[in-house]
Amino acid sequence: MSSEEKKPLEKVCIICAKGSLEDVYATLVMANGAVMEGIETNVFFTFFGLDGITKERMLGLHTATTGNPAMRMPGGLPFPTMLGGLPGVEAGVSKMMRSQMEELDMPPVDEFLEMITAGGGMIYACKLAVDMFKLEKEDLHEEVDSIITIGDFYGLCDGDRTQIIFT
Amino acid sequence: MALQTIAGAQVNVSEDGYLENMNEWNQNIANEIAGEIGIELTDKHFEVLNYLREKTEAGEALSIRKVGKSGITDIKGLYKLFPKGPLKYSARIAGIPKPASCV
Repeated sequence: MSSEEKKPLEKVCIICAKGSLEDVYATLVMANGAVMEGIETNVFFTFFGLDGITKERMLGLHTATTGNPAMRMPGGLPFPTMLGGLPGVEAGVSKMMRSQMEELDMPPVDEFLEMITAGGGMIYACKLAVDMFKLEKEDLHEEVDSIITIGDFYGLCDGDRTQIIFT
Repeated sequence: MALQTIAGAQVNVSEDGYLENMNEWNQNIANEIAGEIGIELTDKHFEVLNYLREKTEAGEALSIRKVGKSGITDIKGLYKLFPKGPLKYSARIAGIPKPASCV
């Protein structure tokens, strides 16, 4: 074949280390998108990213209303930092974002995980972070396959058409 | 865009193999495109294809989530019907444009 032969991606291994709404959704959208394209997909949740697969927290993820220069008011005006710090504002803004995402057919986190595993994607939790946050397997969503070490995860990342993505 | 003969019919096809005009579609075309992909169509497949065509005609955005809630099949079932391409292969076989969807 010529040098222009395409070498499509065969596997993605995505690491989610942050627990804000947008970080977790970036991971979920990329993972689900890969599964839909027929790409083998492994997702590894670690540190605060574990919030995305922890039953008690996964449906109440927040987006930061302070320290987030991209945050805007509805209509596009800058979001005042002082306002973002008031009690309830972050929760309210996050709730609004979640409902806007629902309008675009983006599912809640638990349903998103189910969509990924329905297509054969695999979800893993980081052992070190699970130990650190004193969590048990039962605290994690049912779609989480297992709790593994980073070494185990790298073991899943073999193949010369594999990419590791850190969100 | 290129003119192509599929199942004996002359149809306009996009670069990535999607029918340009969904009204040029018929079941024979569906069967031939599915065969190229490696899928043998059953009645269940056609239920999904017809659903996708109806939604496209109504101007609605498509997603695997929507198909999963249609009552025809769940998302796991959709992956079984159209392995490795629940939306892209089903849309191609249904003769509708490539869905601009990330979910």
